[in-house]
Amino acid sequence: MSFYELVKSYNGGNFFNQNNSNLGIDKILKKEYLSDLDFWKLLQPEAENYLEEMAQKAYKITRHHFGKAIQIFSPLYISNYCENGCLYCGYRCDSGIKRKKLSENEIISNSKEIYKTGVRNILLLTGEAPIKTPLSYTIEAIKSIKNMFPMIGIEIHALTEEEYKEIHEVGVNYVTIYQETYHEDFYQKYHTKGPKKDYHFRLDAPERAAKVKMVGLNIGVLAGLAPLEKDIFFLGLHGHYLQKKYPDIEISFSLPRLRPTEGGFVYHQEIIDKKYLQMLLALKIWLPRAGVTLSTRESDSFRNNILPLGITKISAGVKTSVGGYSDDENNLINSKTSTENTEQFEISDIRSVKEISDYLKSHGFQPVFKDWEPL
Amino acid sequence: MIESDQLVLGGVKFSSRLFIGTGKYPQKQMLPDIIKASGTEMVTVALRRVDLTSPNENILDYIDKSCTLLPNTSGARDATEAVRIARLARAAGMGNFIKIEVISDQKYLLPDNLESIKATEILAKEGFIVLPYMNPDLMDAKRFENAGAAAIMPLGAPIGTNKGLRTKEMIEILIRESKVPIIVDAGIGTPSQAVEAMEMGADAVLVNTAIASSENPILMAKAFGLAVKSGRLAFLAGRGDISTFASPSSPLTGFLNS
Repeated sequence: MSFYELVKSYNGGNFFNQNNSNLGIDKILKKEYLSDLDFWKLLQPEAENYLEEMAQKAYKITRHHFGKAIQIFSPLYISNYCENGCLYCGYRCDSGIKRKKLSENEIISNSKEIYKTGVRNILLLTGEAPIKTPLSYTIEAIKSIKNMFPMIGIEIHALTEEEYKEIHEVGVNYVTIYQETYHEDFYQKYHTKGPKKDYHFRLDAPERAAKVKMVGLNIGVLAGLAPLEKDIFFLGLHGHYLQKKYPDIEISFSLPRLRPTEGGFVYHQEIIDKKYLQMLLALKIWLPRAGVTLSTRESDSFRNNILPLGITKISAGVKTSVGGYSDDENNLINSKTSTENTEQFEISDIRSVKEISDYLKSHGFQPVFKDWEPL
Repeated sequence: MIESDQLVLGGVKFSSRLFIGTGKYPQKQMLPDIIKASGTEMVTVALRRVDLTSPNENILDYIDKSCTLLPNTSGARDATEAVRIARLARAAGMGNFIKIEVISDQKYLLPDNLESIKATEILAKEGFIVLPYMNPDLMDAKRFENAGAAAIMPLGAPIGTNKGLRTKEMIEILIRESKVPIIVDAGIGTPSQAVEAMEMGADAVLVNTAIASSENPILMAKAFGLAVKSGRLAFLAGRGDISTFASPSSPLTGFLNS
């Protein structure tokens, strides 16, 4: 059964109509492995009363499985050309922002800036623009930096299995792709134009990447787009489905919260810290071995507080503008003024690699700059 | 007897029978103190975490030169990958020891014996001192021996669980039947469990999570160092039998004497 079919069977069946009156959260928290219903129960408002117990459990399992090590990676936006009209995104096709794609030299110089910090884990990002930036453009970019980075991730549009195979062969070992929301109706509402409108094709993308034996998959939702409990439930289920079917792949989750973008988009729900934390903890307890990436969209103080509760990866030195590390045209490095027209979203935490690294150390965590050896 | 009680692996003598891991500590800077407190002479490092090009500190900088490095093939999903990692480790100057870890299950991190046996055979022929991590199975232990393993490292429980010697019966069989040393790896969560492993005759134990995830890793390292010594001494002394039956004042076979 494909994951698309699995989602359909949950939505079409009685699973979500079960009587939740006798929750027994305390009993669920004593179990080592949860059933799908246990997981669903941890996402309900009734479980809010057990937030501290959930946090204790998430803390413990994270320490056991990941110790006190946290991976650092640096994202690099190489192009913001995009044909999709995702209402929540600052890069959407009709947003009127300044478009830019980096030349090979710019990609190399930006990557060198990241390399100098010691980070060996890079995430390349693009918008989806088959004419301006076909896959061959991304492939050339990967080839030009592969000698610097043992860990190369991509966060680009959904690819076919053949395409995933192709980028894996040139050096990509990690794939990040968010479903954004698992609610198909909300998905259609937000994805108004472009190839990304195809919910089903995107939903099965992580599995296509798994089939070509990527090292890791990072899947996620944009918290706030649609009713969150179900989004997190299906995200967890997606991770579980992939882990079971492709046991050699490292699964990790991201659940960035929506931030205001230039378009002033109004989204479904503002997610308060307490609710967000509950979702994060439930996910961690559901899949203890899965990693969790903390995004730059969270504020300094919130990042600090949730760090020990399941976080295993953190981005640093981030500029979400295209080529934000060294802007050749303006000869400005990391300057907000030179790049303000091309940012995808507002960043709350823009600490440098050194700042994040020092911060992790001072809080008893070991920053890990490299965690893969390409073969 | 005690003074001369050394573990010999690949011609290298070890006075300490505690091996430690390096991947989960809050700070790499802590490692020298951990090594000192534990008394260990063998430290395992994942090659995937080593970056010789880094402008920042390197994990190897924190490992005392008197310790033997045991690079491991963490991340390998089959024999071919394990072999490549082992060769890279040796090329990077990390010595001839290699701990084979082939894991194609990211949920429980259980080892793949079949692939590990294949890798052991190739690497032993290339002159590596091969220590494979394995699921305790007697037939596979024999295959590892035949493939040239210098020791065998069965798991006590899945990595990171601190559950102790859940596979005790199987490991006891390996201890009795194996021609090469048995090093219990993974699952040991407390010093008392390390004592238990050593008392039953394990040649060494490898501990990572239990030390690294402790609130005071240095103190815990010391505790494990003492536990392993204590367990070893008890084994050498010959543990008294633990009787499961009380000695009855009227034995059931007493009539034979009457």
